[in-house]
This record gives sequence, structure tokens and C-alpha cells, in this order.
Amino acid sequence: MSANNKGFWTPANIITAVIFAFGLLVTVLRFTKGLSSVTNLDQNNPWGFWIGFDLLCGVVLAAGGYTTSAACYLFGLKKYHSAVRPAILTAFLGYSLVVFALLYDVGRPYRLVYPIFYQPGTTSFLYEVGLCVFLYVSTLAVEFSPALFEWLGMKKVRNAITKLTLPLTVFGVILSTLHQSSLGALYITVPSKLHPLWYSPYLAVLFFVSSIPAGLSMVIFEGTLAHKAWHNMMDDTFNAEHDGVILGFSRGAAMSLAAYFCVKVVALAYDNNWHYLATGWGAWWLLEVVGFVLIPSLMYAIGSREKNIPLIKWAAVMTVFGIILNRLNVGLIAFNWQLPSSARYFPSFLEIAFSIFVVTLGVTLYRFIVSRMPIFFEHPDYKDAH
Amino acid sequence: MKRRQFLGLLGAAGITATLGTATKAQASTHTFNGYPEAKGVLFDETRCIGCRKCEAGCNKVNKLPAPAKPFTDLTVLDHERRTDEKTYTVVNKYRGKNGTVFRKVQCNHCQEPACASVCFVHAFTKNPDGSVTYDPSVCVGCRYCMVACPFYIPAYEYSDPLTPRVMKCTMCHDQIQSGEQNMPGCVAACPKEALTYGRRADLIEIARERIRRNPDRYVHHIYGEKEMGGTNWMYISGDPFKDIGFNEELGEKSVPDIAAGPLSVVPMVAALWPALLGGIWAISKRKEKVSEDEQKAAVKAARAEVRAQDEAKLAKAMENAERDKDQAIEREVKRALDEAAEAAKKEAEAAAKKDANDDGGEGA
Repeated sequence: MSANNKGFWTPANIITAVIFAFGLLVTVLRFTKGLSSVTNLDQNNPWGFWIGFDLLCGVVLAAGGYTTSAACYLFGLKKYHSAVRPAILTAFLGYSLVVFALLYDVGRPYRLVYPIFYQPGTTSFLYEVGLCVFLYVSTLAVEFSPALFEWLGMKKVRNAITKLTLPLTVFGVILSTLHQSSLGALYITVPSKLHPLWYSPYLAVLFFVSSIPAGLSMVIFEGTLAHKAWHNMMDDTFNAEHDGVILGFSRGAAMSLAAYFCVKVVALAYDNNWHYLATGWGAWWLLEVVGFVLIPSLMYAIGSREKNIPLIKWAAVMTVFGIILNRLNVGLIAFNWQLPSSARYFPSFLEIAFSIFVVTLGVTLYRFIVSRMPIFFEHPDYKDAH
Repeated sequence: MKRRQFLGLLGAAGITATLGTATKAQASTHTFNGYPEAKGVLFDETRCIGCRKCEAGCNKVNKLPAPAKPFTDLTVLDHERRTDEKTYTVVNKYRGKNGTVFRKVQCNHCQEPACASVCFVHAFTKNPDGSVTYDPSVCVGCRYCMVACPFYIPAYEYSDPLTPRVMKCTMCHDQIQSGEQNMPGCVAACPKEALTYGRRADLIEIARERIRRNPDRYVHHIYGEKEMGGTNWMYISGDPFKDIGFNEELGEKSVPDIAAGPLSVVPMVAALWPALLGGIWAISKRKEKVSEDEQKAAVKAARAEVRAQDEAKLAKAMENAERDKDQAIEREVKRALDEAAEAAKKEAEAAAKKDANDDGGEGA
């Protein structure tokens, strides 16, 4: 690629190297001196940025995998076929990195499989999250593998696996429904700690419904970035379908965001929490729900009607930001809201640096894979094979 | 095969989850009110003098590390504290309506513990003696127990890189089971009988009796009798509970009760989604087939029409050609006839002329 011509030490690679150095530093400290040496976690705040961002945001932003494959293979929207592989790849990397980050956050990472294989605690929503994420990462690995086998020239295996596409897609949607919702349900157990504007018996529904526009928006957002970087890798089908994908997904995002807005309002009304809207927390809630749910929903609707691609791209960025804001609100900002400010949590520099490292790791793996394997184009040996 | 195994696993998990919560789902006919012989402790705020002897007793019985400041140093009471990984219990100082009052903090040993219900490896056990204990041999260190505990009790060894434990009061379960103690260390150490150890049911009677005898001295409420489904450690106080560090808005529902509804939906998703998604797939497949058939039929019809038009055109062209041919023949015949007639006419004229000439010669 072009970077190789200019030598290894390009600005992008230098920044990457610095970030990786911080990742290494956190790794050494975490596994020699414990979480207290790198995080601001304490006895009142056991879950910090690595759960709020790496886990909650990581999982919801990887929802593009199940939404895109469901649209293409289950809902019969074949014109989105070229968007499936990039979305599956992103989901696979996203989930893998969620698990990777968890290895740092949990106290005994070598026991991470205990809830599944040793002593399952089935009354826990975290058990459900663990089981579904474990199964879904495996499913995504299989769903992604045809690209790998095409690259390696292993035709027989590749053809055998593509026969599984439909059951894998159904299985992936079931697992995604379950663990996306269970991540919200984790907080159903803490009515006394999470601010009433974010606490709701509908948390599971809220998390699941919001994962749909989040996934669709990530596909639009990533597609835009990928187009800038790897335009030369994309074949004619990909390019021809790209605007159609953006328009179709923006219609889906407009509707699912509107539905999410409705569930948010229903949740507010169900607990009769209207009076909280007049407080500072209410202003923060309105910023999230009106500014980053309702407004992008309208932007998507207008953008898809007028075929205004730049407007749609802005709506995608706002939606992604809004979903991140929601997950951070539930996981960190509105959690323990009643504690005095001295007992509240704020992430340490190294916690944030590690999360940046994890994202950079994902981007690096993505770059490695798309510049080698048939992601943005169809492998010449398998044209019309789907 | 792989998919089937996955589905099997998922189904098994879902069913287990349902069975696990079945007792909760039947809450209308059956409720768990705790083990009948379960013990507990009653704390009487009006008797506590803030001497921290309970803290020292707990530290000794549980062989916890020595604190930074000795237990005799009462200045530590100037700041509100909570339990941590080296301290299972603390005493906090508050300003009550009749001067300084104290309140002891430790695990409340819920009848239906939040920590136990949210643990994804079942590391916590609610024992028949009322205590809630923790098993570090299965703990993954996810800290969900700390998140879920409404009383902010479990603490974590953040400085241990590979074998951190969750630390909390055990109501001296092990020491009492082994006979080393006959009551929790803190209760044994209390010089003012501010702590009473006994059957939970009896403790409630004792608490009611004290309130009845001194109605002006006590707030008419036993904290822990019903909060979060009831706790085995309970409190009576001369000051409103919210003034001495208690959360009065926890409600009476236990965490397992709160979680039962949403948890019961999980197996339904696993049961219904395959049919729903399969149905959507079948509908879209069917639509595709129908539109394909329609397209084929349309193509066929269009082709037939074109062919018919072509045939008509050909027939017309043939007809025209025939007519042209006929006309040409007719024309040719006519011309031939005309020519023949002309020739005959000419011949006749020539013959007439000859006849006339012949007649003239004879006459001269």
C-alpha cells in the first residue's frame, strides 16, 4: 500500500506506535500491580470506563453485523449484499475486542469461561450476556471465515460454510437480541443507584431497540470512512450499491430511531418521571433524547426523502454519538447519582488511553484484513456465487 | 451439527434460567420468607456509644490486616466511612436530635441477596443460618455483586493483580459453624448490648417490644424487616433512618423479584425468534418467487404479443406481395392484351388500306 512506499514511520504509524506503547504499559501495570495501579475504580464504583465504553458501547456499535445480515438474508434486501462483509468484519472485530478488554477488567481473566463451563449462575443477566457473547463471537467467526478461505484459496471449506449462511444469520439475530437487551437488563437490578430518568423496567427493550439504529448508523459511518481510504479496493458492484445502501439504511435508521424515541418516552411516562425533566438531570436527558435521538431521526427521514447523502452522514455521526452518550449515562454518569461528588467516579488517563488502544487495535486489524481479503470486492473465483 | 449444538446449549440455558426463576414467577402463590431458623442481628442506635470495639472484635475474629490507625482512635469517626477489602464493619457518627449518635455498617445478609442473584458463577450462598457467604474459588472478579448491592457493602481487592477477592462480613459463619465462636465477633465485643444476636423472628419481636415500651424514644420502624425483601441484620433507631445514613427509598422488593419479569422473557426470545425470523425469511423468499414468476409470465406474454404482431405484419406483407404480384400479372396481361389489340388493330388498318388500293387500280 501507499504507506509502504513512504517508509514505515508515517505520522499515522507514529501515533499508532505511541498508542500501542500505552497499551503495553497498561498491560504490564494491570497484570503486575492490579487494577488500582491503572484505574480510578473504587469500592463504590466497581465498573468504570472499560465497562461503560469498551463493553457497553463496543457491543452496541458492533450491532451493524446482525442488522445488515438480517436485512440482506432474512428480509430479502439483496441490494445490500455488498455491505454485509464489511459489517460482519466490524462486528467480529468489535466483539473480539470487547472480550479482549474484559480480560483486563475482570479480576481473574483465566476464569472467564467459568460461568459457561464450570458453574453457571443462570439467575444473572451477566450470565446471559456472557453466554450470548461467547456464542455470538463464535458465530461471527464462522460468518466471517468465507472471506478468509477465499483469500487462502480453500474453495471446498469456503463453499461448505456459505451453505450455513441462513441458519447462522438467524442464530446471530437471536443471540444479538438476547445480549443487546441483557446489557440493559444488567442495570434493572439497581433501581436505587441509577437515576430514574435512565432507570426503567424497560431497560432491556431500550438497549435492544437502540442497537438497531446504532448498527445501521455505524455501517453508514464506517462505509464513509472506508470509501475515503480504500476506494481502489472496491469493485463496481460495491460502488454501484453504496448509495443505495446509504439511502436504504437511512430509512431504516429514521424509523428505528423514531421507535426508540417512543420507547424512551413510554419508559418516562410509565414511571411518571416527568417532574425530573425540570432538573439539571432532565436537561441532560433531553439533550440525549431530543438532540441525539429525535433530531437525527428527522435528519435521516429528510435525507432519505431528498436523497441528501451528506445530511444522512451527519445523522449517522450524531446517532453514534447519541448511543455512546446513552451507554455512558447508564453505565457511569447517571450511575451512583446520589453519591456526593467526592465519591463519584471519573476515568483515569490510563483507563482512557487503554480504550483508545483497544479501538486502535481494531482499526489496525481492520486495515490489515481489508487490504488483503475480499471484503470490499467479490473474489473473482466466486462471482455470482451467492 | 454445530448449529444444533449451539441451539441446544442456548435452549438448555434458557430452560435453566426459567426453572431457576420459577419460584419467583409463582410469587402470587408462594413467597420465600427466609429460612425459619435463620439467625440475625438487631442493632439499637439508642444504645451505641461509638467505641469501635465491634470493629476491633471483627478484625480479630476474621484475622484481617491491622488498620492504619488503631481502633482506640476515635478521630476516624469524623469522616463517614464504608466497608472495604480490609474492613468488614465500620461505625459512623451522625448528629441526632439529642446529640451525637452512631450507626454500625456491615453486610445486612439479605433474605434474598442481590449479590447472590446477580453472580454469574454462583459464588454467593444464602445459608440456612441466615448468613450470606462468598466462595473465592469460583469468583471471576467481575464485580457485578458490588454494582448490585443496594447497601454498598461488598469490597474488592483492587491491588491484587491476579487473585483478587470480594470481601465482606460473613456474620462469622465459619467461626460459628466450627464452634470457635458462639456469636459474631462484633456482637461479642459490644460492651453496651447495642447488638443482639438471635433468631430473626425473635429479633423482630424484641425490636417491637422495645419500641412499644418506649414509643417516644424510637422511630416506629424496624429497618431491614422488609427493605429489599428483608434482611437478617436489622436496625431500630431514635432518629429518622435517613439522618443516620440509611436509604429509606429502597422499597420492599428484592433484586431477584425485580429481575424475575425481564429474566422470564429471555427463553421466550429463544423460543419465538426462530419462527419469527424464519417466517420473515419465508415471506421474503415467497415474494421473490412470486415476483420472479410474475416477471417470467410478463416476459412470456410480451414475447407472445411480439410474435403475434410479427406474424400479422408478415401476413400483411405476404398479402401485399401477393396483391402486388397479381396486379403486376394483371398489368402485364393487360399490357400484352393491349399490345395484341393494338397489333391486331394495326394489322386490320393495314389490310383495309391494301384493300382500298386494290379497288382503286381496277377502276382506272
